[in-house]
Amino acid sequence: MELTVESLVFLLFSLITLGGALLVVTTRNLFHGALFLMLSLFGVAGLFALLTAPFLAGIQVVVYIGAIAILIIFAIMLTPQVTAVRPTNSQWIAGLVVAVVLFTMLASVVTPLMSELGVEGWGAAFTETNPPPVPGNSIALLGEAFVDPDGYMLPFEVASVLLMAALVGAVMLVRPGPEDEDDALPPALAEAAGAAPLGESQE
Amino acid sequence: MVPLYMYLLVAAGLFSIGLYGVLARRNAVAILMSIELMLNAANINLVAFWRYNEPANVGGQVFAAFVFVVAAAEVAVGLALIINIYRQRRSVVVDDVDMLKW
Amino acid sequence: MTINWFDADYLPWLILFFPLLSFAIIMLFTTSNRTVSHVVALAGIGISWVLSMIEFVKVVWASDAHLGEEVFGSTIDWMTLGTTTFRMGVLVDPLTAYMLLMVPLTCLLIFIYSLGYMRDDPHNSRFFAYISLFAGAMLTLVLADNLLMLFVGWEVMGLCSYLLIGFWFHKKSAMQAGVKAFMTTRVADVLMLVGIGYLFIEAGTLNFRDILYNEEILHTLSDPAISPGVLFGGSVAAIVGILLVIGTIGKSSQFPLHVWLPDAMEGPTPVSAMIHAATMVSAGVYMLVRMFPLLSAGANFHHGEFSAPMILMGLVGGFTALFAGVLAVGQNDIKRILAYSTISQLGFMVAALGIGAWVAAAFHLINHAFFKALLFMASGVVIHSMEHGEHHAHELGVPHHPHPEPDGLVMDYVAPANDVRRMGGLLHRIPLTAITMGIGGLSLAGFPLITAGFWSKDEIIADAWHGTGAGYPLALFVLIMLALAALLTAFYTARMWFMTFAGAPRTASAAHAGIGTFRNRWVNSRWAEALRLEGVEVTRQDATSAAQMEIPLVILAFFAIFAGFIGVHTDFPLLGALDNPLHEFLGGTLLEHPTALDLDGLPVLLSVVIALGGLGLGWWLYGRRPLAESDLDPTEQALGAGVWRALQNRFYIDLLYRRYLLRPAEWFATTVVIQAIDKETIDGVLETIAESFIWLGEALKRFNTVVIDGVGDGIPRAIGDFAGWFRQIQTGRIQQYLLFVTLGLLAIGTLFLLQVL
Repeated sequence: MELTVESLVFLLFSLITLGGALLVVTTRNLFHGALFLMLSLFGVAGLFALLTAPFLAGIQVVVYIGAIAILIIFAIMLTPQVTAVRPTNSQWIAGLVVAVVLFTMLASVVTPLMSELGVEGWGAAFTETNPPPVPGNSIALLGEAFVDPDGYMLPFEVASVLLMAALVGAVMLVRPGPEDEDDALPPALAEAAGAAPLGESQE
Repeated sequence: MVPLYMYLLVAAGLFSIGLYGVLARRNAVAILMSIELMLNAANINLVAFWRYNEPANVGGQVFAAFVFVVAAAEVAVGLALIINIYRQRRSVVVDDVDMLKW
Repeated sequence: MTINWFDADYLPWLILFFPLLSFAIIMLFTTSNRTVSHVVALAGIGISWVLSMIEFVKVVWASDAHLGEEVFGSTIDWMTLGTTTFRMGVLVDPLTAYMLLMVPLTCLLIFIYSLGYMRDDPHNSRFFAYISLFAGAMLTLVLADNLLMLFVGWEVMGLCSYLLIGFWFHKKSAMQAGVKAFMTTRVADVLMLVGIGYLFIEAGTLNFRDILYNEEILHTLSDPAISPGVLFGGSVAAIVGILLVIGTIGKSSQFPLHVWLPDAMEGPTPVSAMIHAATMVSAGVYMLVRMFPLLSAGANFHHGEFSAPMILMGLVGGFTALFAGVLAVGQNDIKRILAYSTISQLGFMVAALGIGAWVAAAFHLINHAFFKALLFMASGVVIHSMEHGEHHAHELGVPHHPHPEPDGLVMDYVAPANDVRRMGGLLHRIPLTAITMGIGGLSLAGFPLITAGFWSKDEIIADAWHGTGAGYPLALFVLIMLALAALLTAFYTARMWFMTFAGAPRTASAAHAGIGTFRNRWVNSRWAEALRLEGVEVTRQDATSAAQMEIPLVILAFFAIFAGFIGVHTDFPLLGALDNPLHEFLGGTLLEHPTALDLDGLPVLLSVVIALGGLGLGWWLYGRRPLAESDLDPTEQALGAGVWRALQNRFYIDLLYRRYLLRPAEWFATTVVIQAIDKETIDGVLETIAESFIWLGEALKRFNTVVIDGVGDGIPRAIGDFAGWFRQIQTGRIQQYLLFVTLGLLAIGTLFLLQVL
């Protein structure tokens, strides 16, 4: 890989993405984690831009960083267990091993490394470097495709219904019941909580 | 341009990091954030394959956009569930929510 | 084909059907409701009575020219055995018609009477079911056209008799009396069934008309040369006849099987009236009348030749008549007097058959049924009245009867309410009953000219007289026995009536006896006043009950007088103008028409003397100066204490049976059959077999426990243990699940990469 401006920019965004992600899963402070998530998502937006998908890059910033991440920050604020003595559970080593093995497996499949090492028939080496250019009016084509009856109009409408359903469902779930307006624990559950100590005591 | 496998490699890394987060973190919100990372990894793959193989076809971008939609919905419902569980059990640690067992 | 059910050929089926239907309905559906049960029972017997009257009238009309020639009947196939088909059928000939005149009417009256008598009984419905069944069985017997069907009715009546004697089964004596009656008659019934079977083998049929109206068969059966019997060198007819007579000896309670009837008085009084006076005990005589051609087959009795069954009948009947008459004199229980009287009168009939006077026997049968039912029902009113008195006397503080009620049958025990010594003066309490009972008693005693009993008894004595005149020893025997018996009959009847009704009350119970509600102003005013002074209320309920009981008495009293006039001899002065329709009518029943004897003045005179003599003696001893409270019974005085006690104990015959028949039988049953055969031999073998099977079972049980249960329980226990261990992977922790899912994905991916898949 020659060292061009484009490749330097790619490396920069890649580092932002992966580094942010690593910090998300390792930081003790959940609020910091959310901020790192925003960083990582911003890196992904950069990668989209590099791939000449400016519309998606914009959406990434607006929807993910602007909406989802903010939503997560709200959730963190509403559930006051922001910092944890022990952020990981008892199986974290197994999870790490599984993640590393998965990464190794995927990497060996998508990179030409194995064929360079002389192993035949191992995955597919995605070595394309010069794809055809993107049409100039790709955003316009995308917009038309969403509303074209022969294109993606039906999935588009279904997606809107899904969003509506999710919205209503979320409202229903968090709406306080008449008996727990002051966030008090119902007596039965308080007993259960007393009998089986919850997470805080372990942290 | 940068070879395709470089993007795929970044996506694989992002996915693996997300997987580790899902498997290892105790806090439900952290797990949710890790899931977001995995979704983004999938999105990178979708866009990269679109760009290198079928730039004339808008399908790749459309699917990426649908992933956004699903991710948004998932976050909204997931966070609502977490808040509800927190109200009921005063905890967002998933290990504490283990009533569905033998 | 349409059947006109009122055709005389089919009507008899309905006559016997309705009481049986009543029985079924009451037993199955209405036992809990006594009123409905009463209605059903009365409807059954009532319809039966109406149909019987229609049938009777039809028979009389149809046989206008030759009374008794016509016969109605119909048959259906019953069962086919090999080449023989038993046929079940009804037959109405003059004899049956004559019975139909009496049986349903008496039954109906007794049903009505029972409404009153059994009013306070808790098992009222059951009682009416039984008597309905009984009425149906009696009608079956009367209407049957063959000996087997007759026997069916005969046996069902035996069952009803048993059930009804023991109706108050909580009384041990009633229970024992029922068993006694059943077992005693059983001895006779078995022999009778043997006779029926033997007759069927020899004759090939049991149909009355096929046997009795077929001179050829009768001749064949009765000639020892053609068909020798299996015993004693007698003919088949003789052996069959003797066995049938034995059946009657049991059923009609003749010596020596008479012991059950006095104890049968433990049953309710309507039962005594219906079964043990009017119908069932008469059924034995009816059967003999019916079978008379067979019994007399081969013997020309008009000329002094008597067949073996006839000699048996003459001896048994004559002896029983006198024997039971003597016993009746020595009884103090009002019902037991009547019971012995019944035995005695049945002896008259059997003896009459023995000398060939079967028309007289049938005549006396019907008359006796009427007046004896009347007497029994009247005695029931007396007993009711006395029980009422006992109750009141007790309330007024008079000590109870000194003798406690014994547990079980005791020969000389008399229930206080039945004891004639404790009565007296009841004429003023129950005048209607006293009058009707007097009429019945006069009829029983044979009071000359105006009572039914006189005419039938006179006819029997006339026949015996005639035979004696011709020089037949059997007839002489019968004449002497019956003449003496008739004298005693008149005497004990007078004794019973005077002791019960005449004079002043001898006990407080009699003084306070319940009053009949005959609406006589004289009685009502005088005695109601007396009762009011004593503070006793007479309720309206008592009135209905007594009316239900007393009205049938009046109807029967009518028949006790007028039923006799159909049989008055043609040549008799004045009354002979009635032309003796009975003789012609009944005479047509049999093949050989009997010829009416010439009227002879001497036997009539004898009858008159006997009846008036007996009654006069009774009046002299008991009526002239009625017994006072402290008087000793004049008869007892005259006979002496020893004889009197023997009479009270029924000449110790029951004791004899108990000691020399029952006890050995019991010993045999207990020691030989139960102990030696059953317990030791049979039980021993069975126990050995049983024990070996128990041992085998134990072995199998152990095999089962160890091997089969071990395997059977082991498999599920292993599965359970494994599941208990394996279910622990269900931790409920989603991240652990997810880890496994990922590991699985990695494994699948690895397989893909290694190109295994």
